[in-house]
Amino acid sequence: MTAVLPINAKSPALAQEEVRPGRWRRMPAKAKVGAVLLGLFVLAGIIGPFVAPYDPSFQNPAPDLSMHGPYGAHLLGTTQSGQDVLSQLLVGIRLTLELAFFVGLVATALSVLVGVTSAFLGGVWDEVLSLLTNVFLVIPALPLLIVLLGYLQTKGQTATILVLSGLSWPWGARVVRAQTLAIRNRDFISAARETGERTWRIITWEIVPNEVSLIAASFVNTVLYAIGASVALAFIGVTNLNSWSLGTMLYWAQSQQALQLGAWWWFVPPGLAVALIGTGLVLLNTGIDELGNPRLRDAASASKIAGRWLRPADPTPVLGEIANQRGRVAGFLHSFSRSSLLDDTEGSRAR
Amino acid sequence: MPFILRRLLFYVVAAWVALTVNFFIPRAMPGNAVQSVMAKFPNLQPSAYKALEALLGVGHPGSIWSQYVSYLNDIFHFNFGTDVSQYPASVSSLLVQTLPWTIILVGTATVIAFLVGTALGIVAGWRHGGALDRVLPGLMFLQAIPYFFFALILVELLAIKTHVFPTGQGYDNGLIPGWHGDFISSAVYHSLLPAFTIVLTSIAGWMLQMRNVMITTIGEDYVIAAQAKGLHSRRVIFTYAARNALLPQLQGFGLAVGFVISGALVMEIVFSYPGIGLLLLNAVTSNDYPLMQGIFLVITFAVLIANLVVDMIIVVADPRARTREATA
Repeated sequence: MTAVLPINAKSPALAQEEVRPGRWRRMPAKAKVGAVLLGLFVLAGIIGPFVAPYDPSFQNPAPDLSMHGPYGAHLLGTTQSGQDVLSQLLVGIRLTLELAFFVGLVATALSVLVGVTSAFLGGVWDEVLSLLTNVFLVIPALPLLIVLLGYLQTKGQTATILVLSGLSWPWGARVVRAQTLAIRNRDFISAARETGERTWRIITWEIVPNEVSLIAASFVNTVLYAIGASVALAFIGVTNLNSWSLGTMLYWAQSQQALQLGAWWWFVPPGLAVALIGTGLVLLNTGIDELGNPRLRDAASASKIAGRWLRPADPTPVLGEIANQRGRVAGFLHSFSRSSLLDDTEGSRAR
Repeated sequence: MPFILRRLLFYVVAAWVALTVNFFIPRAMPGNAVQSVMAKFPNLQPSAYKALEALLGVGHPGSIWSQYVSYLNDIFHFNFGTDVSQYPASVSSLLVQTLPWTIILVGTATVIAFLVGTALGIVAGWRHGGALDRVLPGLMFLQAIPYFFFALILVELLAIKTHVFPTGQGYDNGLIPGWHGDFISSAVYHSLLPAFTIVLTSIAGWMLQMRNVMITTIGEDYVIAAQAKGLHSRRVIFTYAARNALLPQLQGFGLAVGFVISGALVMEIVFSYPGIGLLLLNAVTSNDYPLMQGIFLVITFAVLIANLVVDMIIVVADPRARTREATA
């Protein structure tokens, strides 16, 4: 799908002699930093529980180990009840990443399902699904999550994953739907249809593979959201407080007054871990964005000609030929959405 | 029908969905408010169960439909039920006490962050590859920090270590709330650090988004044409590029406002700020379901109203919205 931009094109003979730089070398620097940062935490999540020096819940009764600052035997100090902060961190990273990964997986699957279905059904059903998506986008998720999880008697990992996934699909569904609409009428899809391919085959073999970068970006975004939301939920106390995650670490630090007692080593490591994982994900996503949209790329890809920075223009996206093909009911439903402003309908034509 | 009326109808539908979801959650989920009151006061006789049911309105008398109608009627009259943890108080009275604190703090700080972030985004987008781009990774780090963790760090550095700001609360304990100078200046002083937290953590998001839209807009033909005509670059930036880039930015603001408010609520807990966030924490720790649900509805309504305001601004800023109103 990636067209070679004319500005970078070399003669084929030259290109063959040159050693093509590996995929990794061609990635934007931001994406590399993000991937490395994230990789470190994933590694910590995988091996963490095995290398943790202590049992994270073990309360050392020695009085001088209550809120002891970092030193040799406890590299990140201890909590008020003498628990080892480093061990809690190593175990906690795994639980938080595991939750975020599964939420990302389930929610992205849901958003692809809703987005593709919506774009393919078209007409009234499309507008009904879009309306539903827009409604769940505008209703704030965190308070609803708190009510839902508050009523659940078992606030385990699985329950949290399911409830979080159930509320975080609309973002992805929106972009997947827009992209599906854009490529639905392309020639290769029409060709597949003419050859008698069944719809589900067109969707799984022609449409979805062409949306991989979009789906990847949506997955990364959902993981980012899930980490933030699960940590915030745990911080409020809507989670299983007997398990160790980055959020529950912060909850206990806050409720046992780590801040007022000056025990920075207790709340800084989990918070910093959340922030660094988040930064890694944002960097990775920006990198994916820049791969897809050359205009966003750093000045490195631009060339200085006659004192001005010029960038290769990106290929014009094929968009919105379908906008005017709505039926009456569908058009009526669509006119309630904010994006109806962007249509080229009577309103803007009348000028 | 004018654009803004259609949007209003959309928000009515969204509010109705939220109300309906809120109605069915307690009926579909295990656990109920009466049990939590009984657990809170162990000396209550089992015979009190029925009385509590009636009082808290959780006994579900009548058909689902009649319950639904009376529920909607209650909400319409701002009757969110009776609070469980601060027992005889009504949920709405608790909400009325705390809502102004949150609206003034979070509202002001969010608008400031949006304006400053957008302005910085315009500059960063125009001078693409310039000095502001070099601080981008730092900004992404700021953006990835949970609000409440940033608040913890600020309290540690500026309130506990150096005593520049108070560590928490909405005002000095010795003062009586009211419209007099001492109280207002104390309240403003106490809100500075929370407001600073919101501004600093959310500014990066607005800036990055505006920068990216600006870069895409600057590549458009009409901006290049304006430059080719030799227009002053300030005019090209603001009248040609930024004005058009602002529309996606405003739409993004509408979508993100719920997220920002949620983050700010959790942050309030760190500061023990007397707003909705602290109320939410109390509701969670004491299993106060009616209060949780009331807070969910109030926050949802606030977000819907904020979105409606954004739509009004879009009508002012986007000629397409007005021509539609004229022709439709």
